Amino acid sequence: MNQDEIIKQGTKVYSRPRLMDDRNMHYCPGCSHGVVHKLVSEVIEELGLEDKTIGIAPVGCAVFAYHYIDVDWVEAAHGRAPAVATAVKRLDPSRMVFTYQGDGDLAAIGTAETIHAANRGENIAMIFINNGIYGMTGGQMAPTTLEGMKTATTPYGRRVDLNGYPLNITPLLAQLPGTCYVTRQSVHTAASVRKCKAAIKKAFQAALDGRGTAVIEVVSTCNSGWKMSPAKANEWMEENMFKAYPLGDLKPLE
Amino acid sequence: MNEEVRLMKGNEAIAHAAIRYGVDGYFGYPITPQSEVLETLEAEMPWETTGMVVLQAESEVSSINMVYGGASTGAAVMTSSSSPGISLMQEGISYIAAAELPALIVNVMRGGPGLGTIHPSQSDYFQATKGGGHGDYHLIVLAPATVQEMADFVGLGFDLAFKYRTPAMILADGIVGQMMEKVVLPPARPRRTPEEVAKQCPWAVTGKKGRGHRNVATSLELDSAIMEKNNERFQRTYDEIKRNEVRYKTYYTDDCDYLIVAFGSVARICLKSIEEARKQGIKIGLVRPITLWPFPYDEIAEIASHVKGILVVELNAGQMIEDVRLAVSHSLPVHHFGRMGGIVPNPLEVLNAFKQKFGL
Repeated sequence: MNQDEIIKQGTKVYSRPRLMDDRNMHYCPGCSHGVVHKLVSEVIEELGLEDKTIGIAPVGCAVFAYHYIDVDWVEAAHGRAPAVATAVKRLDPSRMVFTYQGDGDLAAIGTAETIHAANRGENIAMIFINNGIYGMTGGQMAPTTLEGMKTATTPYGRRVDLNGYPLNITPLLAQLPGTCYVTRQSVHTAASVRKCKAAIKKAFQAALDGRGTAVIEVVSTCNSGWKMSPAKANEWMEENMFKAYPLGDLKPLE
Repeated sequence: MNEEVRLMKGNEAIAHAAIRYGVDGYFGYPITPQSEVLETLEAEMPWETTGMVVLQAESEVSSINMVYGGASTGAAVMTSSSSPGISLMQEGISYIAAAELPALIVNVMRGGPGLGTIHPSQSDYFQATKGGGHGDYHLIVLAPATVQEMADFVGLGFDLAFKYRTPAMILADGIVGQMMEKVVLPPARPRRTPEEVAKQCPWAVTGKKGRGHRNVATSLELDSAIMEKNNERFQRTYDEIKRNEVRYKTYYTDDCDYLIVAFGSVARICLKSIEEARKQGIKIGLVRPITLWPFPYDEIAEIASHVKGILVVELNAGQMIEDVRLAVSHSLPVHHFGRMGGIVPNPLEVLNAFKQKFGL
């Protein structure tokens, strides 16, 4: 029995979103990016925004996001996605514009662009994948790397006397009057995936409606960089990452 | 807005010309000696009339990446800055060139290196014409000598940028930016409609509406075989620009025994030197390259074939002289006279330097 015949029996309860391309992803098995990509695709389709969405891809693991989600994209320089998004949105406010960035992109090299775009209240959504490590370049320290966490550039663990403290940037963004909605989510359980999808949907609608900058941090795993199995990475995230980056709304949408 | 004759600074002319050309967006950051561009745009409030977006960014890095984003959508977008700010923009300029996007960048040069001085200079010639950022790319570089050309080159820069899908730069010196002159501003034309943008720029990232397939603005390609092909395509574009777009002006070159080559406001100083020289019986001609890239190699070589020597006059330590020497292949003496640090020579000083270099 092949796939089509199985589907004909009415057993199909789940499938790839229409806006996700049928191609192999470069993401590692167990990585959170694939789940968040799926949610972004579903939300764009459900909101009927396929023709007016422009995504801004970062430099980092998600640099190839434009290979997977079937909307228009701009591939930004490292950290500059909020600046790119600013112009794309301002030149035609009827567009739904979102950035998709990792922790190095959004909270290290692009900190200025992140804070100033949010402070201007640009009507964009920012999806912030925080896995505490640089995935694409091979597991180096990120601004959000936890104290004591081993990476390629902190081989004995992050020392705050040498490397500074983990940067908790999302609460900073929540303080800015330009942000309309700031939330921290995860995608490691079925329930958290559903909540994260609702948050993305809320953020995209807010950006479209011109209510200001909407920020969705997704506390994520990088099992390759963390050198753990996907299951172990989820456990480690719950025990460690969630302590430093607790889930929930930091600024509810009013 | 109809055609209008006004007295204004070169920097102000850039701003007025941009509004009248129908530019969609300007993104900039204050830096002397070009802040009047952003100030004039903010005062004119074009968002109320043409719908043009004007935004003061948090840095030049952000400005140029806003330009990259805007250009990706097929919009006519620009920025302006001065030397240190332009250095900050180099990564973004490289991305714009590599993504094959049209944009206009204005550099009103001040003296460097480093923070240098706020006074005029031409010491960013290498940066503008030889790359500046990383990778094999070129900008179309226009060098205005008058406030009128500051205004005219906004339209010319965008026309060329869109024709070849490559960024163009107006490389002005601080003198042209700051001095006031009579300028004829062109009549205003409307900004392009979304339909016109879609037709002119089928590659533009505007949302998939009416297209079916997605457009992506990117400079990334990890397959080396494809990336080499991309580079070959860029080079074919540059070759076409070299064939079609060389611009320059000549003065007194029909009967000259010697030649001065100078660009921007310095060419005007040299013209005075030449007029004084001719009173003294020394026949000097002048070539003023208008496109610094593509450079008028063949045209200078042709004129050089009937002169005894060339003096290249620049507000730098000797940059364009390398291109002049390439043009003439050491077939005759090529000397340099330059002032640096924001000093501008007067016509007599140039003439004295000329006589000294050639033993006259």
